[in-house]
Amino acid sequence: MINKLVIENLKHRWVRTLLSALVVGVQVMSILTLIGLSHGLLEQSAQRAKGTGADIFLKPDTHGTFSFSGAQINERFVPFVEKQPHVLQAVGVLSVPIEVVNTLNGLNFSEFEKLNGGTQFIAGGPPHGANDLVVDAYYAKQHHLQIGQAVKVMGHDWRLSGIIAGGVLGRFIAPLATLQQLTGNAEPPRISEILVKLDDPALTNQEVTRLNQLLKGNLQAISVADFVSQFNINNIPDLKAFIAVVTVLAVVVGFLVVFLSMYTAVVERTREIGILKALGAKPNTILGILVREAVVLAIVGWVIGLVFTFAARGAIMATIPASLPVVNVPAWWPIAAAIALAGALLGAIYPGWKAARQDTIEALAYE
Amino acid sequence: MSSAPTMNPVPATDIIRVRDLHKTFHTGDVDVYALRGVDLNVGRGEFLAVIGPSGSGKSTLFHILGGLAPPTSGEVWIDGLALRQLTETQRTEMRQKKVGFVFQKYNLLPTLTARDNIAIAQTLGGSTTRPPDFDEILQLLGIKQRLSHKPRALSGGEQQRVAIARALVNQPAILLADEPTGNLDTENSNAVLEILRDLNKRTRQTILMITHNPEAAAFADRIVAMRDGIIHAA
Repeated sequence: MINKLVIENLKHRWVRTLLSALVVGVQVMSILTLIGLSHGLLEQSAQRAKGTGADIFLKPDTHGTFSFSGAQINERFVPFVEKQPHVLQAVGVLSVPIEVVNTLNGLNFSEFEKLNGGTQFIAGGPPHGANDLVVDAYYAKQHHLQIGQAVKVMGHDWRLSGIIAGGVLGRFIAPLATLQQLTGNAEPPRISEILVKLDDPALTNQEVTRLNQLLKGNLQAISVADFVSQFNINNIPDLKAFIAVVTVLAVVVGFLVVFLSMYTAVVERTREIGILKALGAKPNTILGILVREAVVLAIVGWVIGLVFTFAARGAIMATIPASLPVVNVPAWWPIAAAIALAGALLGAIYPGWKAARQDTIEALAYE
Repeated sequence: MSSAPTMNPVPATDIIRVRDLHKTFHTGDVDVYALRGVDLNVGRGEFLAVIGPSGSGKSTLFHILGGLAPPTSGEVWIDGLALRQLTETQRTEMRQKKVGFVFQKYNLLPTLTARDNIAIAQTLGGSTTRPPDFDEILQLLGIKQRLSHKPRALSGGEQQRVAIARALVNQPAILLADEPTGNLDTENSNAVLEILRDLNKRTRQTILMITHNPEAAAFADRIVAMRDGIIHAA
């Protein structure tokens, strides 16, 4: 019967209930979309790394820390690495960050095709001219690009020669020499990393150890498998902190919304609380009613939040899939529910306590 | 009840016994003496009306007898239970088991139907079964066909009759009614008063009714008059 009272109370002021649940829903959506975006970006990066076909990456030796910095390797290392035992092929890549989360990658495309066993083109083909550019399907879709069309990237006019499926190295691939010229890395020619293909992938760990000994102080070797495993939220402290901040904000917003809703309800229902107390409701019963209402708001808000999250993902992936790749992360659904619940329960405590200690006679006389 | 409060050896016929009851309210620097030594006995199965003008202390007496407020001094026994020794929790439990309230403003929960208003009192009272004659009581109250309606869809008279049903669902030792006809027209007032009298006669339900209206009081077996916090005439 108490549960029925809780539901009827919420139905009675359905606009307030709906608005409160909507705000909780937006809070849940914010968390899940942020998490989905973080995972999307990391998953795509990991997929692109795997999509190169390399077994080992050679990066500047930054003493074990992960770096997004530009060219720091002399290109002369490429033939040196290629001469090492079990190395089938080595390809130098110059990666230049653009558009916040994307990179423009310069490489010798014919060598890269040999390394990854042939790139699948959705339209067009490899770059032949110095100003030819290859983009992935997400970017082409987002910007409605056609083969042969002029594309301005990094302030340079490129001609779109091909569109490849997503998940291979990066969104943009351009001739290495042109990118080195554009970024001032032509003399001496510099690159950011070297992709290494072994004659036997089973030897990867062994060769990583050997290359690290050989190139100590200059380059750091990491297997693609280990590199991909680094694409995890837990390995990026700033992202973890950002998510924590958003989570705390979400709890605060949920708390404020539910607090306001419950506080208003308590004031508005002063006489009803008096009636319940006159009928023998104990303070815990009154508090329990308010807490249950807050829990229902949190649950309804969470469901609305899930729907909003799917809608937001659909809208983002339909309009700007290249800029903001969002994925669904079901593992975070219960966490988002817990966050919504925490905010709602915190918000219900004071109004519930106020209601529970209300004087019965005064409450019954309330107009 | 949480623990066993003192039982008073009152005569089995007296369900309410009040001795030298005082209640003082402290409002700022002023003390308001609402009750100044009330003595009262109510027999089991009696229908008593307490009549008095506004400010005479009858509502304060109603609140104390109903366990809604503690007395300042004096003794009150309800069905053998000494109220002065009860904690807040025990007074709440007393309201669940021993008292049924009927208020002037009906005080039904607006979000629930008449049926659910009765049911929630039963839930709060911790009882799972209704009195065997409860169907008969609903029949007598004339609300059987109106139980699925919410209070806003009921007339004042119907709401008050639902409130009476709610007050009786836990088989209370006493039914306390505070100006039960104060918001009703004459026709509905008479109907409600006749129902109370009928209930009293048929089920021997003890009723203590507070009113300022002598015509309403006339429906009771006995009338006591209050003025300035004291019972003047019985």
